[in-house]
Amino acid sequence: MPTSLLWFIPLLPFAGFLINGTLGRKLPRAAVTGVALLFTALPAAIVAWIWVVMKAAGAPLSMTVTSQPWIAITGFHVDFAFTVDHLTMIMLAVVTGVGFLIHVYSAGYMAHEDGYWRFFAYLNLFMFFMLVLVLSASFLLLFVGWEGVGLASYLLIGFYFKKDSAANAGKKAFVVNRIGDFGFLLAMFLIIAHYGSLSFDNVFAAISASDVHGGFLTAIALLLLVGAAGKSAQIPLYVWLPDAMEGPTPVSALIHAATMVTAGVYMVARCHTLFDRSPYALGVVAIIGAATAIFAACIGMVQHDIKRVLAYSTISQLGYMFLACGVAAYSAAIFHLVTHAFFKALLFLAAGSVIHALSGEQDMRHMGGLWKKIPWTFGTMTMGVFAIAGIPPWAGFFSKDEILYRTFADTDNPLAKLLWAVGLITAGMTSFYMFRLWFKTFFGDERFEETSSLHDHGAAVHASSTSTLTLEADHEDSHTHGVHESPWVMLLPLVVLAALSFIGGWVGVPTAMHGHNEFEHFLDPVFAATSTLQSVAEPGHESHGLEIGLAFVSVATALIGLFFAWLFYAKKPGTANAIAGRAKPLYSLVAHKFYVDEIYNAVFVTGLMFATRIFLKGFDQIVIDGSGRFASWIAMDLGEVARRVQSGNIRSYAGWLALGAAVVMAVMIFGRGIWVL
Amino acid sequence: MNSEVPIAAYLILGAILFSIGVGAFLIKRNIISIFMSIELMLNAVNLTFVAFAHHWHAVYPVAGASGQIFVFFVMVVAAAEAAVGLAIIIAIFRTRKTLNVDQINLMHN
Repeated sequence: MPTSLLWFIPLLPFAGFLINGTLGRKLPRAAVTGVALLFTALPAAIVAWIWVVMKAAGAPLSMTVTSQPWIAITGFHVDFAFTVDHLTMIMLAVVTGVGFLIHVYSAGYMAHEDGYWRFFAYLNLFMFFMLVLVLSASFLLLFVGWEGVGLASYLLIGFYFKKDSAANAGKKAFVVNRIGDFGFLLAMFLIIAHYGSLSFDNVFAAISASDVHGGFLTAIALLLLVGAAGKSAQIPLYVWLPDAMEGPTPVSALIHAATMVTAGVYMVARCHTLFDRSPYALGVVAIIGAATAIFAACIGMVQHDIKRVLAYSTISQLGYMFLACGVAAYSAAIFHLVTHAFFKALLFLAAGSVIHALSGEQDMRHMGGLWKKIPWTFGTMTMGVFAIAGIPPWAGFFSKDEILYRTFADTDNPLAKLLWAVGLITAGMTSFYMFRLWFKTFFGDERFEETSSLHDHGAAVHASSTSTLTLEADHEDSHTHGVHESPWVMLLPLVVLAALSFIGGWVGVPTAMHGHNEFEHFLDPVFAATSTLQSVAEPGHESHGLEIGLAFVSVATALIGLFFAWLFYAKKPGTANAIAGRAKPLYSLVAHKFYVDEIYNAVFVTGLMFATRIFLKGFDQIVIDGSGRFASWIAMDLGEVARRVQSGNIRSYAGWLALGAAVVMAVMIFGRGIWVL
Repeated sequence: MNSEVPIAAYLILGAILFSIGVGAFLIKRNIISIFMSIELMLNAVNLTFVAFAHHWHAVYPVAGASGQIFVFFVMVVAAAEAAVGLAIIIAIFRTRKTLNVDQINLMHN
C-alpha cells in the first residue's frame, strides 16, 4: 500500500475543520454533521485498511513517510515525517475508532446547542493534532501535535464561553499545560545538545549504540516526565483535569479521558529507550503514577458531581499507566490505555446520556432509581463500571491485573512491593467509587425532579440553547416528557463501546490464564526488541501460580469495594453520611480535594500575581507606558510649535525665506570663523 | 585716471534694488505689485551678474562672458514667467474679481 496515504490520516480531519470552521456557520446542521463524520470516518477506514494489509503481510509493520526537510540549518535538521509502527497502529486505532464513535454521539448530544458547527470544527481540529501527535517521527512534530491538542482542549473546555467557570477552566488547563510544555521544551533542547537531532530513529539509535546510563539521560527523562505529567494530569500538574469537565460531555470523553490525556503515556512509551537507561527516572515515573492513582481515587470517592467522579477516576487510571511505564511494563501501560479508552469513553458518554436524560442535572445526590427509565444507558454504563472496577472477564480486569502483576514482579525497583500495594488499594477504591456512582445514579429513591417545561431543558448543560427549538421540532418532542432515553444516535456508540469494554481485554489474556497475550506480543517489535532492561526483554510470565494468585487478590479487592459501595449506598443509604459525620475533619479535607487548589493559589498564583502587579505598576505603567507617553508628548508639542510656522500665508513664508537668506548671508560674511574652527 | 565706476557701486545698487523688491514682495497686497517686485529682484540679480562679469573679465580675460550669458537666461525665464504669471493673474481676476492676495487663499484651510 502506498505510504503517502499516511498524509491523509491527519489531513482529512483538518479538511473537515477548515470546511466547518469557515463555512459551518452558513451550512445546515445536517451538512455540518455529515462533514465532521465523513472526515473522521475516512481516517478510521485508512487505519483499518493499513491494519488489514499489515495482518496479511504478517511481518512487523514499519512505515515512514518523509517530506522535504522542514527545518534545515548547519548541523541540525528536522524532517516533516510520519512513521507507523505497532505502537502507532494501536494509538491510531484508538484515536480514530473512539474518536469516530464520539463524533457520532456528539451529533445527538449537541443537537440543541448553538455553535454546533463550532463544536464539530474544534473536534475535527483536535483529531488532526492528535493524529499528528501519534504519527510523528520526531520530537518536534510530536510537540506540534502536543501543543495543538492543548489548543483544541482549551477551545472545547471553554466551549460555553459565556459561562465564567468554563472560560476559567479553559485558561487553567492551558496555563497548567504550559508548565509541562516548558519541561518538554527543555528536554528537546538537551536532546539537540547531546544528539544533534530530534528524530526518534536517530536519537534512540544513538542511545542504544552508546552505553550511557543515567546522567543527562535522567535529566532528559525527568524533563519529558514534566511534560507528560502536564498533559496526562499527573501529580503535581493534575489540577486542570477536574475543572476541564466544564466542557461538553463528549469532549470530556474524547479529549479528557480516551485520547489527549493519554498522550503523556504514549510519549513515555515512545521514549522507552531513553527511560530504560535511567532507573532513577523510571522510579520517579512509577512513584508519581502510584501516588496520583491513590490520591485521585481518594478524592473521587467523595465527589458528588457525576462527571467529576469520572474525572478523578481518569486521573487515577492514568496514574496506573504511569505506574506501568515506571516498572518498564510499557505494553501493559498501552494495554490499559486502550481498555481505558474504551470503558472511560463509555462511562463519560453514558454519564452524558444520564445528564441529557435529567436535563442537565450532574449532581448524583439528585439522581437515583434511573435504571427503569433509561435502560439502555443503564445497561451500557453497567458494562463500563464492571470494566473499570476490574471484574473478570471485562476488559479492565486484564489490563489492570497485568499492571499490578508486573509491578509486583519488577526487580529493578526496590519499592516495587509498596507500589503494588498502593495499586491494589487503589483498585479497591476504584471499585468502591464506581459502584457508588452506579448505585447512587441508577438505584434507590428517585431524588430528581421531573422537568416538563421545554425551556428548562438543559439549563446547565445546554447553557446557550434558546433558538433551535423550531428547527428541531420533531426531535424536541421527546424532551417534553421529563426523564427520557437518549436518541439512537447517542445509544449506538454506547453499545459499541460497551461491547468493546466487555471483550476488549481478551486480546491480552496472560498465558497464566491460558491466553496468548497477543497484545504484548504485538508490541514486542516496539518494546522488547529494542529494550536493554532484562524485565522488558523477558517478562516474567513463568511463575503462573504467582500471577493467578495476584489476580485473585485483585479481584477480591474489587469485590470488597463493590461490597462496601453496596453496603453504604444501596443497603443502608445513610451509612456514608454517618461515617463522614464521625470523621468530619478527614472528610472535609478529602471533600475539598486536599485543598490542593487553595495551596497552589497561595503558593504560586498569589506570588505570581503579586510579582506581575509590581511589574505592571512599577515597570510597565511607569517606564514603558511613560516612555511612550513622553515620546508622543514631545512629538505633539514640537508639532504644536512647528504648526504655527505653516500659516498658509504666502507673505509669511516669503518673510521666513528672506530672513533665512539674511541669516545665511550674515553667517557667510561675519561668521566665517565658525566654519574654519 | 580711472574713470570707471567702481564695482561696489553696482553691487550696492543691486542690493538696494533687491531689498526694495523683497520689501515690496512682503508688504504689497496687489498681486501685480508682487509680480513687479519679483521682476525687480530678478533685475537686481541681473545687475549684479553683469557687474561681476565685467569686473572679472577685466581682471581675468579667460573668465569669458558667462555672467552676461546668465543674464540672458534669466531674462528669458523672466519673460516666460511673466507670460504665464500674467495669464494666471487675468484668470484669477476673472473668477475672483479681486487681485488682493489675502483674499485669494483657496488652498488655505
